[in-house]
Amino acid sequence: MVGWLAQLFNGISLGSILLMISLGLAFSFGLMKVINMAHGEFIMVGAYVTYVFQNTFADMLGGVDLGIWFILSLFAAFIITGILGVILEVGLIRFLYGRPLDTLLATFGVALVLQQAARSIFGAPNVQVVSPSWLSGGVNIGIMVLPYKRLFIIALVIVLVALIYVYLNRTAAGRRLRAVMQNREMAAALGVRSRQVDALTFGVGAGLAGVAGCVLTLIGPIGPTLGTNYIVDAFMVVVLGGTGSLLGTILAAMMIGIFSSVIEFSTTATIAKALVFVMIVAFLQWRPTGLVTQRAR
Amino acid sequence: MTSQKNPFRTFLTDWGPFIIWGVILLLAPMVLSEFRLNLLGKFLTFAIVAIGLDLIWGYGGMLSLGQGLFFGMGAYFFAMYLKLESGGGRLPDFMVWSGMKELPSIWQPFASPVFAIMMVLIGPMVIAAILGFFVFRSRIQGVYFSIITQALTLIVSISLIGQQPYTGGTNGITNLSTIFGHSLADPQTQVALYLSTVIILGIIYILARLLTRSRFGRLLVATRDDEARVRFLGYSPVTIKTTTFAISAVCAGIGGALFVPQVGIISPAALDVVPSIMMVIWVAVGGRATLVGAVVGALLVNAGQSAVSEQFPNIWQYFLGALFIGAVLLFPQGVVGSYRMAFARWRARGHSADAPEVEESPVAGSGRLAQEVVE
Repeated sequence: MVGWLAQLFNGISLGSILLMISLGLAFSFGLMKVINMAHGEFIMVGAYVTYVFQNTFADMLGGVDLGIWFILSLFAAFIITGILGVILEVGLIRFLYGRPLDTLLATFGVALVLQQAARSIFGAPNVQVVSPSWLSGGVNIGIMVLPYKRLFIIALVIVLVALIYVYLNRTAAGRRLRAVMQNREMAAALGVRSRQVDALTFGVGAGLAGVAGCVLTLIGPIGPTLGTNYIVDAFMVVVLGGTGSLLGTILAAMMIGIFSSVIEFSTTATIAKALVFVMIVAFLQWRPTGLVTQRAR
Repeated sequence: MTSQKNPFRTFLTDWGPFIIWGVILLLAPMVLSEFRLNLLGKFLTFAIVAIGLDLIWGYGGMLSLGQGLFFGMGAYFFAMYLKLESGGGRLPDFMVWSGMKELPSIWQPFASPVFAIMMVLIGPMVIAAILGFFVFRSRIQGVYFSIITQALTLIVSISLIGQQPYTGGTNGITNLSTIFGHSLADPQTQVALYLSTVIILGIIYILARLLTRSRFGRLLVATRDDEARVRFLGYSPVTIKTTTFAISAVCAGIGGALFVPQVGIISPAALDVVPSIMMVIWVAVGGRATLVGAVVGALLVNAGQSAVSEQFPNIWQYFLGALFIGAVLLFPQGVVGSYRMAFARWRARGHSADAPEVEESPVAGSGRLAQEVVE
């Protein structure tokens, strides 16, 4: 029983990380149908933003342990990668709408450039970001210890999902976004600047990837190829969840997270990965459009 | 157009360039140094992979990011044979290091070269057929297919690393020293391997060309352009697509098997995310849906890579990134496609009286490239 509870917590924790890395992709891939292979590199950029913040601002802001720099870096990562995303959309993606496979190749080219840029600036070896002291340790609930870092990630992802929900459903910008994604011509005819919305949407997706990168520094060392480790997982989450649906992405991330850790509990990590993959393909046999399908147009 | 003309002349214009390039490649060992020849041989194995990928992507419109898996399967299966032969009946070194006492039963049949070669052909074919059947049956298309093939490749790569005692783990299978009783270090063996690669590439090219010109090839292109219509006409797109996927997988497997003895090592890195996408760029640079383009692209990109990265290892990746973007944005036709378009325009201007049919590829110049819309 205790073992199962521990696995459930691990599953939710893994699911929250998966959701973290997939939220941005749910925008660029899910909503805009751009196969953004540079998504992983946006995550990497966010991680390095955190690293730079630690090195430059931590001493000014009360030291590494206090962690004000870390909180600030969450916002900075969002803004910097967001701007990067807008630049990419305006400079490249814009010309490739309706050609999903070509966006895959072009953004992979961008990914290579970003990787090499990180290598030139920060060097090829991995670097470590020291977490704020209040994130070390954990809360003891009697049967097991829940690490603060994991709880922080779960909390942060809940906050992000809430913010995205409010943004999409309760703001004018979000309404415009949904309008453009559902019926571009009609929205444009009614005066929505669809180009601007495209750039903004892609930027938000990139910014969310940046936040994910920031969070990943809590889990382990970071390097120029950080993104490639996560990109396939992120795509699997969005594909399983069904594109264009935030709810689907959340469900899919949690399902994959919990399944993986439960299977991992009784077998090995590689077998778990393989089984989860088989299950996803099998599931797509049954529902090719994913968990939650949105009916548009 | 062929009926009125001299059939020999038609044959010559049709196959002439192929024959000339075939002869040049066959004579290359007389000119090139051992090192360069080995490099060229390696690139030619990539060209075999590229032809397979061109069939499925260029002609079939399905972007497989799993060719690295089939390449790896071919390479691993053949490397298993080479490893056993090199060891001369002893247990492979990495198994000794991981504390294995005797050869695992899945390794035992690979002592036979015939079995290994059969597996190189059958293994990728079966995996591709099974995956393809299930994926295409549920009408998973476009990018979903790409993502699923990519994920499968990554999982196999992770499994290879995880099963150290059986696969050699991260290092892969190394220290391959002999093939069919000949030393791999012997220059003559390498020349023989090179020549076999050229010949096999030639055969595969001819077969692929015949295939694309056949009824099946036209159905494949039709499925790419309008799958629903092909289905309504009574054909089975699932069969067409699955068959093509299996054929492309076999090409990749053969490429892998020829790659291993020339390079002497295979590791799970070949099944990572990046190599499979690299294979796509070979085809994109050369020109989709032009078989020559696949070969040209594989040779150009790899030659460029070794030329640039030998001197400026840091710049190469920027260059490669730019190549991906440029190939999509500026030259969607690729080198061969652009050349053919320019050539066709030039001829149309020059001999407008009897404007000849230049078009060989069903898409080059037609504007419609291998793109599909999601959903």
